[in-house]
Amino acid sequence: MDNAISFKLKIWRQASPQEKGRFETYELRDIPTDTSFLEALDILNEQLIEKGEEPVAFDHDCREGICGMCSLYINGHPHGPATGATTCQLYVRRFRDGETITVEPWRSAAFPVIKDLMVNRNALDQIQQAGGYVSFNTGGAQDANAIPISKVDADEAMDSASCIGCGACVAACKNGSAMLFVAAKVSQFALLPQGKPEAKRRVKAMLAKMDELGFGNCTNTGACAAECPKNIKLSNISRLNREFVSAKCRD
Amino acid sequence: MWLTNSSVGRKIVMSVTGLFLVLFVTFHALMNLVALFGFKYYEAICEFLGANWYALVGTLVLAAGFVIHICYAFWLTLQNRSARGDDRYAVSARPKGVSWASQNMLVLGLIVVCFMVLHLIQFWANMQLPEIAGKTAMKGVQALATAFGPQWWYITLPVYLLGFAALWFHISHGFWSAFQTLGTAGDKWIPRWKCAAMWWATIVFLLFAVEAVYFTLHFNGIINC
Repeated sequence: MDNAISFKLKIWRQASPQEKGRFETYELRDIPTDTSFLEALDILNEQLIEKGEEPVAFDHDCREGICGMCSLYINGHPHGPATGATTCQLYVRRFRDGETITVEPWRSAAFPVIKDLMVNRNALDQIQQAGGYVSFNTGGAQDANAIPISKVDADEAMDSASCIGCGACVAACKNGSAMLFVAAKVSQFALLPQGKPEAKRRVKAMLAKMDELGFGNCTNTGACAAECPKNIKLSNISRLNREFVSAKCRD
Repeated sequence: MWLTNSSVGRKIVMSVTGLFLVLFVTFHALMNLVALFGFKYYEAICEFLGANWYALVGTLVLAAGFVIHICYAFWLTLQNRSARGDDRYAVSARPKGVSWASQNMLVLGLIVVCFMVLHLIQFWANMQLPEIAGKTAMKGVQALATAFGPQWWYITLPVYLLGFAALWFHISHGFWSAFQTLGTAGDKWIPRWKCAAMWWATIVFLLFAVEAVYFTLHFNGIINC
């Protein structure tokens, strides 16, 4: 086939959280370049099942880049070499014929491996539960245009809200810090009047939860923002720091 | 206390002490510069500082700045390493836009500390320390002549230049990172602070390097001005 390549996949296999993992190398032949990377893994799993072997466990759901379920650290990059895209938006045409592609799970103390390439990202949900929401009284929703919000703030809040919580920022960070995730979740409310009443409580609770769960300290390398599939900006982290310091100073 | 208990608090301590140390090295480079206009002016500054009460208070505050910055650096690095987990990535790549310095701040800091040890032995231990102890202290120019003279220059100059280079890398990240941590950066200001960091680090490096080379040439009798 003209538009097909053959490559090796060096994949992290780990039977359970307790057991020690290791790399296994598999070969895939004549895969059309228009195949998505996750489909290539599906093909591999079909072959493994046919041979009576255990298929590779990996996270995936919507396969259109909006759910935040897929992960994978491919050739040294979370979500692979493409920028501004999730693993499910990555295609085989990104790789060369005969290449060995290394696929690893997210590595962070706060994200323990469940099996193979699947990690437990529940820690991010716990941070959200600590304060990543706004409280509303019951009743009909207010008219959207009743509260004037500047276009700049609305756009900025929307950009921050595009975080899908996949954890690529934690995976990319040499410190295993979740600051970009927390910064995006704090920013989406900090910029809007609806988020203001609970702003101080929110930023303190979310950061305290982040520290408690064993995420690292941010050193502003910027790897998180560079690898984020949703292009969440590094300036969110500065906003988070600003919100936190001003909340602490007013205590 | 949130400056020790929270990750952002600890980073605030790093940024404030870091900026303080940046100011210190800048003043240091400027005071050395005086020697290039005449060693008698340099001697006047050494006399003015010496072991006066304000110089001692200054030294203590400065030492505290260094100790806090270094202790926090080790503390944060240990926490960050354990947050990373026991399993390391087999393949890792530095993404575009991530500076090498930003990922090696501890190593760069350690190189600066190694340089500082030599520097303190050559100057502080011969000048302020004997004065505090009530012994005869070396004059500033005399200490310069010993460190950069025929006997020691081939050790002093390379170690100093290496220390200055490490300092350049350290400040090139640390300077803008401090403002980011203090919450004073945004989409407009991140590039501005980064640009300022490059300028600041380069000016400090050039001042120190030119001074060290000048002292070496002067005290080996190669130039006579």
